[in-house]
Amino acid sequence: MQQIFFFVQKYKYFLFFLLLEFFAIFLIINNHSFHKSKFISSANGITGKLYQKSSQFSDYFHLKDQNKELNDENIKLKNQLELLMSKNDTVFNQTIIDTLQFHQKYTYINAKIIKNEYHKSFNFLTVNRGKKQGVLKEMAVVNSKGIIGITDVSNKDYSRVQSILNKNSKINARLKNSFHFGTLIWNGKDYNTVQLIDIPKEANITQGDTIITGGKSTIFPEGVLIGTVIKQSNKSTFNNSIDIKLFNDMSNIGYVYVIKNLDKIEIKSLDDSNNE
Amino acid sequence: MNKRFYYIITGIILVLLQVFILNNILLFGYVNPYIYIAFIFFFPLKRDRFLFLFFSFLMGLFVDFFSDSGGIHAFATLFIAFTRLFFIKTIFKKSDGDFPFFNLKEEPFGKFFNYVVILTITHHFILFLLENFSFQNFSNLLLNTLYSSVFTLLLFFAGNHIFSKNLS
Repeated sequence: MQQIFFFVQKYKYFLFFLLLEFFAIFLIINNHSFHKSKFISSANGITGKLYQKSSQFSDYFHLKDQNKELNDENIKLKNQLELLMSKNDTVFNQTIIDTLQFHQKYTYINAKIIKNEYHKSFNFLTVNRGKKQGVLKEMAVVNSKGIIGITDVSNKDYSRVQSILNKNSKINARLKNSFHFGTLIWNGKDYNTVQLIDIPKEANITQGDTIITGGKSTIFPEGVLIGTVIKQSNKSTFNNSIDIKLFNDMSNIGYVYVIKNLDKIEIKSLDDSNNE
Repeated sequence: MNKRFYYIITGIILVLLQVFILNNILLFGYVNPYIYIAFIFFFPLKRDRFLFLFFSFLMGLFVDFFSDSGGIHAFATLFIAFTRLFFIKTIFKKSDGDFPFFNLKEEPFGKFFNYVVILTITHHFILFLLENFSFQNFSNLLLNTLYSSVFTLLLFFAGNHIFSKNLS
């Protein structure tokens, strides 16, 4: 017994050091698993508020870019609207609002990135929307140019987003001109380039092909833009990895949309019943 | 009491400087200085060691809070805080009896330089190793460590030079 006391007395600093280091390692591992609740994240009240304040300052420097982006998106939407109007402009013009037939699948919540990062291997963003505004875990985050990430922690007023520039991110994606799908990952090197793997060898891919989300998960709707193919692998490698240049400049993003899937619970329950 | 308050304020200022200004520099797209570890270089030896270890852990943890990195800053900062004593013993040739009278400012610049460089590189290497969380891209990791260390050291010595001139 005495010896134990001597031991503790002698190495008390080292033991304290070890204790704190183990706690740090626990936090690191906790941060790397998607499905666990996180203790350390920038989505808590204090850091969220501070980031909100600092982004209010830095916003002024991006006003020009933001305006241009909004303008571009407006033009795109207006063109789509005209297209729909011309299709609707037929004799059959009857408005039916029937909750059984009219079935909305997604709702959009506007948000703003108040903290952005892209230089690490595991990047996280913070947005200024939380549970209070209906943003929960595992929702898609996009902007007009393409995908950005998936929410991963959601607190009262702020949420943390796991960026696509995170080595843990895996997103279902497909070619725009065919239905061959693969998985979108990031190798941690260049923040403009992501990788599409596991795409079947039958898929006919050429440089410049557009890649969009596949819609085979409950998170992303189908057809959200991702990027274009810049380099094909030689087809002999086993995972058939393709380099894709993102449409988004991940170092310069401001206003985003969080997409809520209204059918998620139903689809999830189907998946669960399959396992039983 | 007053001194302790002073250290807490310095720590808070360093963390805020780190997360709001220095974390956004990203020279060449990824090189950042991590100047908050200056707190560990300068924390006096005669203070309670438990308090020092705890402060450095908290400091790292606060940077982690802001940069969503789990506990990597806490780990790296605590590590150099613990090993600091060993380096002081070997570089400055001090024994336990000298610690109450030890003052970094009175030491020759060469030794001070070695001390700061070794601690900085150790901290940055651990930081980037944990950030990478694998042994892939190992050459990238070493390059990152090198560039960031050089940046941190440049900024640290420049700041040190300016502030010590102003005080005298």
